[in-house]
Amino acid sequence: MKHYEVEILDAKTKDKLCFLDKVEPNATIGEIKSMFHKSHPQWYPARQSIRLDPKGKSLKDEDILQQLPVGTTATFYFRDLGAQISWVTVFLTEYAGPLLIYLMFYFRVPFIYAPKYDFTTSKHWVVHLACMCHSFHYVKRLLETLFVHRFSHGTMPLRNIFKNCTYYWGFAAWMAYYINHPLYTPPIYGEQQVRMALIIFLFCQIGNFSIHIALRNLRPPGSKTRKIPYPTKNPFTWIFLLVSCPNYTYELGSWLGFTVMTQCLPVAFFTIVGFVQMTVWAKGKHRSYLKEFRDYPPLRSPILPFVL
Amino acid sequence: MASSEEDGSVEEKENNNKKRTKSALATAWLTFYNIAMTAGWLVMAVAMLRFYIQRGTHMGLYRSISRTLKFFQTVALIEVIHCAVGMVRTSVIVTGVQVCSRIFMVWFITNSIKQIQNEESVVLFLVVWTVTEITRYSFYTFNLLNHLPYFIKWARYNMFIVMYPLGVAGELLTIYAALPYVRKSGMFSMRLPNKYNVSFDYYIFLIIVMLSYIPLFPQLYFHMLRQRKKVLHGVVIVEKDE
Repeated sequence: MKHYEVEILDAKTKDKLCFLDKVEPNATIGEIKSMFHKSHPQWYPARQSIRLDPKGKSLKDEDILQQLPVGTTATFYFRDLGAQISWVTVFLTEYAGPLLIYLMFYFRVPFIYAPKYDFTTSKHWVVHLACMCHSFHYVKRLLETLFVHRFSHGTMPLRNIFKNCTYYWGFAAWMAYYINHPLYTPPIYGEQQVRMALIIFLFCQIGNFSIHIALRNLRPPGSKTRKIPYPTKNPFTWIFLLVSCPNYTYELGSWLGFTVMTQCLPVAFFTIVGFVQMTVWAKGKHRSYLKEFRDYPPLRSPILPFVL
Repeated sequence: MASSEEDGSVEEKENNNKKRTKSALATAWLTFYNIAMTAGWLVMAVAMLRFYIQRGTHMGLYRSISRTLKFFQTVALIEVIHCAVGMVRTSVIVTGVQVCSRIFMVWFITNSIKQIQNEESVVLFLVVWTVTEITRYSFYTFNLLNHLPYFIKWARYNMFIVMYPLGVAGELLTIYAALPYVRKSGMFSMRLPNKYNVSFDYYIFLIIVMLSYIPLFPQLYFHMLRQRKKVLHGVVIVEKDE
């Protein structure tokens, strides 16, 4: 069996960083990354980007050496992706924040509102309902992160956790401040408005969860395969007929419900900003589906049926 | 088969012609726009000079040019569209932030808070803005006409060293002077309770705006210093807007 030689150069300076000899032809990029890590302990595999061309795309961990367009002496280029953090860690942190922060406002912890209101609760029943819905939403997200989602990437750049947490925690505090405020004004149309909003919220929560389960079932444990999602026996997944990313559609619906339930402008802002971001993600995902699958159903839109 | 091949190449030629016409149109429009803006700010500069020479004071100077200022500064919003459609190769966000900060100063500070219109700090930033904009727009104009005199290029990449800090000082001092009037009048503010369940305190907002100059100003300033080094002392490359 012919062994390969692998040299790894810095993509920017072209310095020779590492030379590996006697590499098995069926070695994967992942294995090569581990070997590189041994000679450069500060660059753990998750922060290595290995490519064939200094300005080219990163090679995947699963790629096999002898299947790449290289000779028996392979030259790879390395780029440092910077400090990495696992997706699971980021999700858990960014979701635990809103859960706890909202509760602090709900229980009117001191130094938020005037001292005479410390540890009191709102006299409006919709405020209690809103707390239950908000908390339920983030508990659901935490549990999904731990037990449902199958992540394509293990890690993301470390700076993302600061960006993401600022967004989630900041908005949670802003919304919670007004909903739990002693001078909160309950919805104009009273019980009718809240009931309608609650139905929409619950419907979309169940829908969102159904989609997450359906997406999870597309992918066997430990794999990173991508398949076209299709409607299942669960009626909440029938929306796949019209939309590529119904999880985002349902998420939008949930927050619209919460906005109507609380009649709070900051919640509306949060919904709009989230919708813009999710639309960007949905369009990207839709585009990659179209690129990867020739037979992708043409009726589907990225996030809103027929519209967006 | 032969005819479809012909059609293909005719279509390609048509597309190329369309592209050339589009970029010629874009250049013509941008040239017109930059000449118009240079003229507008020149008019303002002359008006300010005449006012001061004739009256010997800056009292009432803002009032005398406020309509021209509001017009030309607001029209600058078009520059965001230029970036968005690709006519100008600059980030939409950078341009957007710059234009919005100007619009904020003009409409939400100087125009809305009449008591500070005769402050010296207002004259300061007006002078800085006028000099900066005349330099900037004439730079773009000459660039588009492929005939850039060195002194315009020199001005664009050197004046900012002094103009930028002076402009920031003028703006900050003006906002600071406006604070007591904002607090007293409660303008642009909304208190609880209200049916939108939101509140906004313009006074606190202005303080946050002032504080935000601290991280933002050095970043922009050093970015421009780096651009200057590249353009004046390094390889001359395609002009990038700051």
